[in-house]
Amino acid sequence: MTDALFTYALRLGDDSLVLGQRLSEWCGHAPTIEVDLSLANVALDLVGQAQLFLGYAGELEGKGRDADRLAFHRDVMAWTNCLMVEQPNGDFARTMARQFLFSTWQKALFDRLAVSKDARLAEIAAKAVKEVAYHADLAADWVIRLGDGTGESRTRMIAGLDWHWRFVDELFQTDSVIETLVAEGIAVDPAALRPVFEARVAAVLAEAGLPAMELPRPIVGGRKGHHSEHLGHMLAVMQHIPRTYPEAVW
Amino acid sequence: MKTDWPLWEVFVRARGGLSHRHAGSVHAPDATIALRHARDTYTRRMEGVSLWVVRSSDIAASDPEQAGPMFEPAETKIYRHPTFYELPDAVKHM
Repeated sequence: MTDALFTYALRLGDDSLVLGQRLSEWCGHAPTIEVDLSLANVALDLVGQAQLFLGYAGELEGKGRDADRLAFHRDVMAWTNCLMVEQPNGDFARTMARQFLFSTWQKALFDRLAVSKDARLAEIAAKAVKEVAYHADLAADWVIRLGDGTGESRTRMIAGLDWHWRFVDELFQTDSVIETLVAEGIAVDPAALRPVFEARVAAVLAEAGLPAMELPRPIVGGRKGHHSEHLGHMLAVMQHIPRTYPEAVW
Repeated sequence: MKTDWPLWEVFVRARGGLSHRHAGSVHAPDATIALRHARDTYTRRMEGVSLWVVRSSDIAASDPEQAGPMFEPAETKIYRHPTFYELPDAVKHM
């Protein structure tokens, strides 16, 4: 069970860290200074979550790896984040499409994880859920503004959602890790999240005047370390300094 | 951006603060986004604060050119200033 819990905490930490890293790539490049601040804020929240989840995962593993060790000294195949968060930022609309879909899922997840029988997971989720609620609302606002904006912004919003839609199914996948922990009352059953997620997405798309999305053939694999070609490049940037100076302290 | 993203003035009441104070301004396409930007920019998301945003174009300001006629006459009419009274010590909070 400890193995399963380690894997579960690692997945949650990996999701937050990879998306936090992606969002920080926007720093200084956002459409306005205010949006720049918003994105940096969300990125910082996510990195904070990652620190807690990965720190806990390291303790569970008991091999002396702390959050930094897990973040900076694991190669692509050892990462267990979902595929959606590692996708390139693209334009602002694509970034917001990713944020909206991911944060809406994360909010539904953390709402329930906050009453997990594992006290540490419950504690981290309870702290994070306020942040995540803000991210989900912020992104939903932008989906509506862009979807219901100009012809150009609408086209881009649809393209952004199209890009990420094929990775949605992975968020609701289950496997032996999750089944073991759900039976213990520790993990959240993904099947229970789906209706909540779909209802919220449908409501926001309707308000944005966007068509309901068709689910294409889903792409999965992130949880098993089978990633898209984008993650390796991202990690090369993120891990460059710690890998060059593995003993450095900062 | 200048035409699509009007300027909004931001007023913040800190936790425990008595009144809203002008904190600065943000550009935003509408009030909802203006509030979000104001929150990220001026409150660092401390809980228990209140935010007001108002379009800059909705604020009417006094004209600095008219500062003389507007504010100075009072200075010459000392009977308008309640400064000649000795306040008894028993009177508090004046």
